[in-house]
Amino acid sequence: MTSRLARHAGLLAVLALACMLPFVLSNFRLFQFTQVYIYAIAILGLNMLTGYNGQFSLGHGAFYAVGAYVSAIMMDRWHVPYGWTIPVAGVICLVVGFLFGLPALRLEGLYLALATFSLALAVPQILKYFEHWTGGSQGIVLSKPKAPLGLPLSPDQWLYFLTLAVLVILFWLGANLLRGRVGRAIVAIRDNHISAEAMGINSALYKSLVFGVSAAYTGVAGALSASVIAFVAPDSFNVFLSITLLIGSVIGGLASISGAIFGAFFIQFVPNWAQDISKAAPWAIFGVFLIVFMYVMPFGIAGAVGRIWIRMTRSRVLQAGRDPAPAHHAHTTT
Amino acid sequence: MSALLEVHGLEAFYGRTKALHGVSFSMAAGGITTILGANGAGKTTTLRAISRMVRTAGTISFEGQPLEARVTEDIVQFGIAHAPEGRGTFVHLTVEENLKVGAWGRRERGGLEADFERVFGYFPVLRERRRQMAGTLSGGEQQMLCVARALMLRPRLLLLDEPSLGLAPLVVREIFRILRTVNQAGVTILLVEQNAALALDLADHVFLLETGRVVLEGPSDVLRRDDAIRRAYLGY
Amino acid sequence: MEIFTQQVVSGLATGGIYASVALALVMIYQATDVVNFAQGEMAMFATYICWSMLNAGLPYWGAFLATLGFAFIGGVVIERVVIRPVENAPILSIVIVTLGLLVICNSVAGWIWTYVQKPFPSPFPSKPFKVSLGAGETIFGAHDIGQIGITLFVLLCIYLFFRFTPLGLAMRAAAQNPVSSRLCGIRVGWMLALGWGLAAVVGAVAGMMVAPSLTLEPNLMGGVQIYAFAAATLGGFTSPGGAVLGGFIVGVVENLVGTYVSFIGTELKFTVALAMIIVVLLVKPSGLFGSTVVKRV
Repeated sequence: MTSRLARHAGLLAVLALACMLPFVLSNFRLFQFTQVYIYAIAILGLNMLTGYNGQFSLGHGAFYAVGAYVSAIMMDRWHVPYGWTIPVAGVICLVVGFLFGLPALRLEGLYLALATFSLALAVPQILKYFEHWTGGSQGIVLSKPKAPLGLPLSPDQWLYFLTLAVLVILFWLGANLLRGRVGRAIVAIRDNHISAEAMGINSALYKSLVFGVSAAYTGVAGALSASVIAFVAPDSFNVFLSITLLIGSVIGGLASISGAIFGAFFIQFVPNWAQDISKAAPWAIFGVFLIVFMYVMPFGIAGAVGRIWIRMTRSRVLQAGRDPAPAHHAHTTT
Repeated sequence: MSALLEVHGLEAFYGRTKALHGVSFSMAAGGITTILGANGAGKTTTLRAISRMVRTAGTISFEGQPLEARVTEDIVQFGIAHAPEGRGTFVHLTVEENLKVGAWGRRERGGLEADFERVFGYFPVLRERRRQMAGTLSGGEQQMLCVARALMLRPRLLLLDEPSLGLAPLVVREIFRILRTVNQAGVTILLVEQNAALALDLADHVFLLETGRVVLEGPSDVLRRDDAIRRAYLGY
Repeated sequence: MEIFTQQVVSGLATGGIYASVALALVMIYQATDVVNFAQGEMAMFATYICWSMLNAGLPYWGAFLATLGFAFIGGVVIERVVIRPVENAPILSIVIVTLGLLVICNSVAGWIWTYVQKPFPSPFPSKPFKVSLGAGETIFGAHDIGQIGITLFVLLCIYLFFRFTPLGLAMRAAAQNPVSSRLCGIRVGWMLALGWGLAAVVGAVAGMMVAPSLTLEPNLMGGVQIYAFAAATLGGFTSPGGAVLGGFIVGVVENLVGTYVSFIGTELKFTVALAMIIVVLLVKPSGLFGSTVVKRV
């Protein structure tokens, strides 16, 4: 009971801290944090599919692109308010992901990885092909939305809060989904799909559903990015985006909700640090970071944090024999 | 004379779990020794400890040479062959290739053909299957291949883990008959077996393990008459 | 008809490159269950080493053989130093490590040799072959023919090595059943390192063969790596022969699609080739020649 309370208290503290950031950070830093939240949503989507359900995707950048373009085209062509385009992008990606997941049911492991990878390769080219809608390789330029209801916020501050709100809602929904009955079914399919089916889990249905939900999360992230960057172009959704998302997902910690946030911080900030360390070969430094992280934390940041937490609480139990839940560590288990 | 294999105060660990709690025994050269015990008593672990496949404490020496500091790959150099639980078949290699792999660790490289003849003499069915993928063999044939692969080392000590597992009684009897022949040709055997009746018939010396400790030992004809053994392991 | 034969031959030439890298990928995958995303970049790096030696005045074949030596040592060292410490980590974590290797190779190559494209010599005469086929005369590039010859020779050597030598047998055994191999006295760790070394050699040959037609730059092998991955998947990751055949099929199909289906053009060629592979995979989910891995429940 106290453990739960402590966890909620910790979460609230982190959230309060996040709400203070817009008033202390520069616009550029704030933009970076907004980007982190967007990545975190996309990575959580990928985590559901790859981490929890064991389906290997090297192509989530494709769904990110679809989300971004759905939002951008709706705003640009039909002047739909940006707020409405975000759920629509999510629903369209849900359907696209579900439909892609149906044939992908036949593919496993590397074969699925190739299929999704091809999707990531194909999407930018397809986007260029339908020039009439997408503006071809020039892309679509959008304007940054202003804060509604006369709130005294700059567009960057408003977008930060909007993204944070979407993040909180989606993570809350995701946590409930993954920790409940559905989540157990999804994990059971990953661990042993034959046994799972023997227990009456419709593995085909769940796998395509997870594909859909995963794509929806990533699509919402894409839609948010369209408004935040105020620009979409095919080449910003190349295969590197997909690979970056996968890196974030594994570095953060695969089957973990908090891992998505750690991973998002990694892919947003570590390349910049690498740039600061060596102007000549920044990516070499980034590569070294990747390898070192995997040496030190083979189960990702969330895995390592979880292990430390267990060790600390365990020793605390041994010492004091009390309920183990130090509040300052609570957020790490969510 | 010192014993061929001498184990003293052997403890073994899987992670933090201790599976053996100070096993001590010694084996003379030339005989067949069997380790009996229920599931989880530590029989397989004892063999794995000798082959350095688990973390251990205590001493293991073979002909006076310590084995504790060695790695699994080195064990064959002492002339110890281990036919593992589950047979360890290389399913995508042919029977002949499996046998060649078995001969990999021995010092003298020549005489492969003569060794093929020797093991085919014990197990004629393997000669017929020589060019066949080992994965297509029946369970009994794979068990024979497993023993044959171990014999390719020309071992002095053969560690055998549950050769009867999952096999028809007739096949098991055949394999045990051959093991006696192998032993008469000079190979000392340490056998782990669930089928106590068969093992007691074959072996001349018995150790009884219970939850990681040796609780009883002696010549097999003596132990066969032991009431506790009879009730618990022979069922009459 | 002449164009068709020409396109098939040049497809086989690039196919040989894909086949080599695909084989390298499969060799490592079979031993460790890991797709080495850095395979192509390691080959690119080896090709740069060859370029440096040629630049220093070494004769072509001398530099070629020395490069193979470097590639082998490099492969072994990478396995021992970079891969070994994570060998018990989850597969995806090891994949991330190979991605790290990829960006390191690429970035360091750009740092040492710059991103400027460099011409790379072909060891074969520049004069094309003329072959009379029935009525007409067909012209083939000498480099294409030589490239096919070299790749087939290397693939044959690898096959003979694994099939007929004791070391090759030990490497196959170690890949299949490490536990059992250790009990037979095989040093499994070293066998894996040798496998990385050999894979690096096969990749290096591919790099040096493809560089004359693509010109040398740090992103030389990016496209090749993707096609090789596709080829290995098409042939089946469980079958080295299948991966090689898959490489040749992908090379030919890619070339013919680019030639005959005009609206596709070079941009979409990539996507179309991959889409065709996916369609094949939907019919045969574990590749043309692969076997389904049956896991015990």
